[in-house]
Amino acid sequence: MEKYEKFSGIVAPLDRANIDTDQIIPKQFLKSIKRTGFGPNLFDEWRYLDEGLPEQDCSGRPLNKEFVLNQDRYQGTSVMVARKNFGCGSSREHAPWALTDFGFKAVIAPSFADIFFNNSFKNGLLPIVLSEEIVDELFQGVFGAEGYSLEVDLANQVVNTPDGKSIPFDVDPFRKHCLLEGLDDIGITLADADAIKAFESKHEAAAPWVFNVIKAEAAIK
Amino acid sequence: MAGKTLYDKLWEAHLVKERDDGTALIYIDRHLIHEVTSPQAFEGLRIANRKPWRLDTNIATPDHNVPTTDRSVGIEDPVARIQVQALDDNCDEFGILEYKMNDPRQGVLHVVGPEQGAALPGMTIVCGDSHTATHGAFGALAHGIGTSEVEHVLATQCLIQKKMKNMLIRINGDVGSGVTAKDIVLAIIAKIGTAGGTGFAIEFAGEAIEALSVEGRMTVCNMAIEGGARAGMVAVDDITVDYFKGRTFAPKGELWDQAVQSWRGFYSDDDAVFDAVVELEGAEIIPQVSWGTSPEMVVAIDQALPDPETESDPVKAEGMRRAYQYMDLKPGMTMGDVVPDRVFIGSCTNSRIEDLRSAAEIAKGRKVDAKVLQALVVPGSGLVKKQAEEEGLDKIFIEAGFEWREPGCSMCLAMNADKLGDGEHCASTSNRNFEGRQGYGGRTHLVSPAMAAAAAVSGRFVDVRELLANN
Repeated sequence: MEKYEKFSGIVAPLDRANIDTDQIIPKQFLKSIKRTGFGPNLFDEWRYLDEGLPEQDCSGRPLNKEFVLNQDRYQGTSVMVARKNFGCGSSREHAPWALTDFGFKAVIAPSFADIFFNNSFKNGLLPIVLSEEIVDELFQGVFGAEGYSLEVDLANQVVNTPDGKSIPFDVDPFRKHCLLEGLDDIGITLADADAIKAFESKHEAAAPWVFNVIKAEAAIK
Repeated sequence: MAGKTLYDKLWEAHLVKERDDGTALIYIDRHLIHEVTSPQAFEGLRIANRKPWRLDTNIATPDHNVPTTDRSVGIEDPVARIQVQALDDNCDEFGILEYKMNDPRQGVLHVVGPEQGAALPGMTIVCGDSHTATHGAFGALAHGIGTSEVEHVLATQCLIQKKMKNMLIRINGDVGSGVTAKDIVLAIIAKIGTAGGTGFAIEFAGEAIEALSVEGRMTVCNMAIEGGARAGMVAVDDITVDYFKGRTFAPKGELWDQAVQSWRGFYSDDDAVFDAVVELEGAEIIPQVSWGTSPEMVVAIDQALPDPETESDPVKAEGMRRAYQYMDLKPGMTMGDVVPDRVFIGSCTNSRIEDLRSAAEIAKGRKVDAKVLQALVVPGSGLVKKQAEEEGLDKIFIEAGFEWREPGCSMCLAMNADKLGDGEHCASTSNRNFEGRQGYGGRTHLVSPAMAAAAAVSGRFVDVRELLANN
């Protein structure tokens, strides 16, 4: 994963609560066996006026001009601001894959669904939780000024607004560290291989039925 | 010192290491794998030249993409075929047990796991699917994970976690007859909202939960995620223990006795402290139907649809207006005014043998109404299908005009050919009523299997208890 650097990006406002992962990337696109290429189908059902098909060229499809991502003023956006419970529903990691493939690097909302929140960090997408009041202010800022941008500074845990305000946010120290350094957390866990093996021996002694069952396949047909 | 919750006990029993940064390594006992969220994880292992930590912990089956019609011809959709083939190839290459599409034990993973005794009480169980919460029904810590974590579990047998908070949802007193596990969980979600459980592990308890079978408890825990909680769970009791006796991968002999003794410790102590407690009265729960595009948009069958103008939260009111527009419904209507164009009985929420029995009880001697274009029954696994056929349920359904299909996720998320047409309403026993979930422009109404069957034979949503009274 690339190191997560400080950046400034145009903000796209998605003024809805409970945006679910079925909307972020509809199921027909989950048939891909790759991690990339989901960007053209991000919010497919809201973005286009027709039904999207897997592996289709989206360049000629009729656009829903009213949808935020199709409006000229939000082209090149990399920061989304949305309402509470963003990313609810399915565990599909295709949702953050689609957001990052489109160009998003951060999503700001009053709350996120747990699994989506977790998946985002593993893909260089920073979910930022800010209060409903501040999110309201950001919506007003975005709607009020074309080209409204925010600077996202993870190292200092602040979002900087065009009018010079610095909004602090919380982030888990481990996740922050992994994002800033671009670390692979499997590698970090494997550094604890001895602890895992020690636990495994203790666990097997206490609960032997948990082990060796699946390979000893009995056949009830 | 205060006692421990069920979740506390499961957490502690699998804690490998607490790290200085406040995270913990948690050991994973069982990993369930399907075709949609695993190919990129296997690819990741190959790229990093890593091997699975343990092979004998994994069990796989294709379910999301598989056709529910004749499978001897293979999968027609080329993209789906490649994905199912990728699962077969990955399991073969890495040596992971898989019930392939034409194996009689294939089915929806969350039905197959407990059915085989591969998912057991006291275990940590994960899968790249949010409905993994299902397995909490038997005193396990089970939750969905993303593909990066699928790869992480394959490579390390652990997950990096932060402990969740504890929530207790207690249903006081039993529910009335004709009210099912599905109605209980829909009523819970209507009460707490789709984000009510975010950050929590939910334990379901109380007389109404204790009275449920393990299958009913699976229906309740399955939809914990629709209430925002990654994990839902129910304490181990005699009903739990009896359910697992004799299952393929359940321990046998002395090991069984040892396991049962251990499993019986998985309950919340009387003096355990929960961070949040929610109570519902069982007697007040009647059959439920969702009307909107979020699982919290639910009414009791006799209730008028709510008015957004009387909703004090403006964001919520706007969500309701959008939902009315998408669903083509109006405040003040009742669900009795709505004709289901299609009926779907299936999914990891409601496709087990008891679900099929309950739907068949309503279908028996009745006919699917002419206004209903299609009524599907999709068993949760090949073994559920076989059992149902031995009981003659297939004949009851077919006689009534339902289609009797092969097992899979099917119209719950419409990744295969089973889907709603644009604008069609569906009485569905699945778990999510999101826009387009069951097909482009499709309109989902979540109900219990008995309520779905009642809607099918009535040509509109009705209170199943009225039909039961005439049985």
